[in-house]
Amino acid sequence: VPFGSHYVILNLYLCSAEYPDLRKHNNCMASHLTPAIYAKLCDKATPNGYTLDQAIQTGVDNPGHPFIKTVGMVAGDEESYEVFADLLNPVIKERHNGYDPCTMKHPTDLDSSKIHSGNFDPNYVLSSRVRTGRSIRGLSLPPACTRAERREVERVVVEALAGLKDDLAGRYFSLTQMTDEEQQQLIDDHFLFDKPVSPLLTCAGMARDWPDARGIWHNNDKTFLIWINEEDHTRVISMEKGGNMKRVFERFCKGLKEVERLIQERGWEFMWSEKLGYILTCPSNLGTGLRAGVHVKLPRLSKDPRLNTILNNLRLQKRGTGGVDTAAVGGVFDISNLDRLGLSEVQLVQTVVDGVNYLIECEKRLEKGQDIKVPPPLKYFK
Amino acid sequence: LAKYIKNEEYPDLSKHNNHMAKVLTKELYGKLRDKQTPNGFTLDDVIQTGVDNPGHPFIMTVGCVAGDEESYEVFKDLLDPIISDRHNGYKATDKHKTDLNFENLKGGDDLDPAYVLSSRVRTGRSIKGFTLPPHSSRGERRGIEKLSVEALTSLDGEFKGKYYPLKSMTDAEQEQLINDHFLFDKPVSPLLTCAGMARDWPDGRGIWHNDSKTFLVWVNEEDHLRVISMQQGGNMREVFRRFCVGLQKIEEIFKKHNHGFMWNEHLGYILTCPSNLGTGLRGGVHVKLPKLSTHPKFDEILTRLRLQKRGTGGVDTASVGGVFDISNADRLGSSEVAQVQLVVDGVKLMVEMEKKLEKGEAIDSMIPAQK
Repeated sequence: VPFGSHYVILNLYLCSAEYPDLRKHNNCMASHLTPAIYAKLCDKATPNGYTLDQAIQTGVDNPGHPFIKTVGMVAGDEESYEVFADLLNPVIKERHNGYDPCTMKHPTDLDSSKIHSGNFDPNYVLSSRVRTGRSIRGLSLPPACTRAERREVERVVVEALAGLKDDLAGRYFSLTQMTDEEQQQLIDDHFLFDKPVSPLLTCAGMARDWPDARGIWHNNDKTFLIWINEEDHTRVISMEKGGNMKRVFERFCKGLKEVERLIQERGWEFMWSEKLGYILTCPSNLGTGLRAGVHVKLPRLSKDPRLNTILNNLRLQKRGTGGVDTAAVGGVFDISNLDRLGLSEVQLVQTVVDGVNYLIECEKRLEKGQDIKVPPPLKYFK
Repeated sequence: LAKYIKNEEYPDLSKHNNHMAKVLTKELYGKLRDKQTPNGFTLDDVIQTGVDNPGHPFIMTVGCVAGDEESYEVFKDLLDPIISDRHNGYKATDKHKTDLNFENLKGGDDLDPAYVLSSRVRTGRSIKGFTLPPHSSRGERRGIEKLSVEALTSLDGEFKGKYYPLKSMTDAEQEQLINDHFLFDKPVSPLLTCAGMARDWPDGRGIWHNDSKTFLVWVNEEDHLRVISMQQGGNMREVFRRFCVGLQKIEEIFKKHNHGFMWNEHLGYILTCPSNLGTGLRGGVHVKLPKLSTHPKFDEILTRLRLQKRGTGGVDTASVGGVFDISNADRLGSSEVAQVQLVVDGVKLMVEMEKKLEKGEAIDSMIPAQK
């Protein structure tokens, strides 16, 4: 439809009454939602009835922070990424360093044997962890799912997990039915997740009907853990004390592939596409959805003014040991990969391995009174 | 897939204590699940706040909201029993009387200001043709604001005043409104946020008040309009006069624009929460009752007078220094005049009881029969 036609003008006029006031906003959605794009998409809906207003509500309600740029929108289902592509593609491009879903393909690689040097010095690395998310194709995502869909996600996943064996064998703890003792144990193990309080999540509707169909599954060894129906259908976590990131990643890949096989046996599959990799609720978690990280003691490096540049060049980010938006305590940092999309799981974990080894080397040099070098910036994808 | 899992939608209300949870059986849910109002408001939308907020063993919340005027029709099989439970057995066939004729109030101008510190009457109004705060879009909310501002800024005399939109008020204006206790904030109560009433904050929200700061309107908070008349001291009659006159002036202007207030002869004024149907009126005073409030029969006296107590911070706050917020308990099934009359008569009686207790005298003979 040529610009300037009656349809476009009328649509712009009617939709302009609805266009959000984003003048005080600083998030990716606000940066890309022009009145023209809003007018084009405002009366569209996915086959499940999810609308643009729903997708952007969290970004409208949470103007953001001058220093931290949040995404400002979510997907309500797999089709959101198609129906609202005119907005989501530029948002994805900004968030994922220029990755263009229109022209690029995302590589998936869960072959953990390719990782080298992935066993860190335990004098520095206290724990290692890899997490990702997986969505069940055919069911709406947490911002939009009905109670029945959420219960179906729980049913499908719990049934599949019951088929895991050997070091992966475990059990499920439903949030609605766990006993006080079970709850206390899960808290002590740092496994329990709580009803979201962050307005980024609550404004997107992810806490509805809490705690219905939410739960935690973990293996008997407590090294493989799955959250059901929190911010995504599933969050999959492999973790251990100490520095054996390679083993953590091995278990991660093995567990994921097993779960996938088990759901496929029952006629289900994960949401995945060539363009976007694994489909999750937040556009920031597309691709691998993978955050591989360690808790590492870097007391001297933590005081070095070059730390942030070093991390940036290594494509790493730091967090406090309480996770996102917490502070470091006692020189112990949570260090993980910055990127999610455009690089494979193997590539990202290797990046973390190489980066953490470098940081430990820096710390050792500082201990000996030697100087450290800022490494050159890693090249991103083509 | 959708069909096969549909019958798994019924919420788990086994740990819930609110009016919605008491009424919504699985059968009723199944019957209403596929209905929606012409504006697309569904049963799940109506009950979301009640599902997300299981309630309190002692305080029975409503647990549902209306998204538009039609919600009260389309979901009447759920809402009528809830309305009946909440409003003293009000039946689906009952008619509600509206009386905003302040001259019908007897007395009310002589509550002892040594005890009655302030008097206030509030209600809500919804503008016909728009959906309600749980459902309204930004465009609708802005439309409501525009109409409201037009109506309010055209008032003169004792009602001459100014509108302060939340998103563009200056720091100085904000400070003043806080000091006047006029400013309302983004809702934090999950009862409201889970019903979607805080969306797009502060877009389309604002406060209007008259120059003498005795008549105040909130735009797009929990209802389209909340209208408040207030002043220091015990002249409830004057507060009510201003309330009635102001409301009627505003209503005339809205009617001229073909957007009168939502009202029908069964439910009275239509508001977001079923607890505010009928008059939507809460008329009350801040009154010093340090002795009476510690008397063992205090709560019983209030019940018989058809009054309720709150702390001076409003709903869900504690009383400070023996000062209570005393207001009418009823909303639906009696008129504005009748409800304010109960407050006036009841507070007058309680002040007399307080004075007796000060003198060390008993009040047993003064305890009223159930009104």
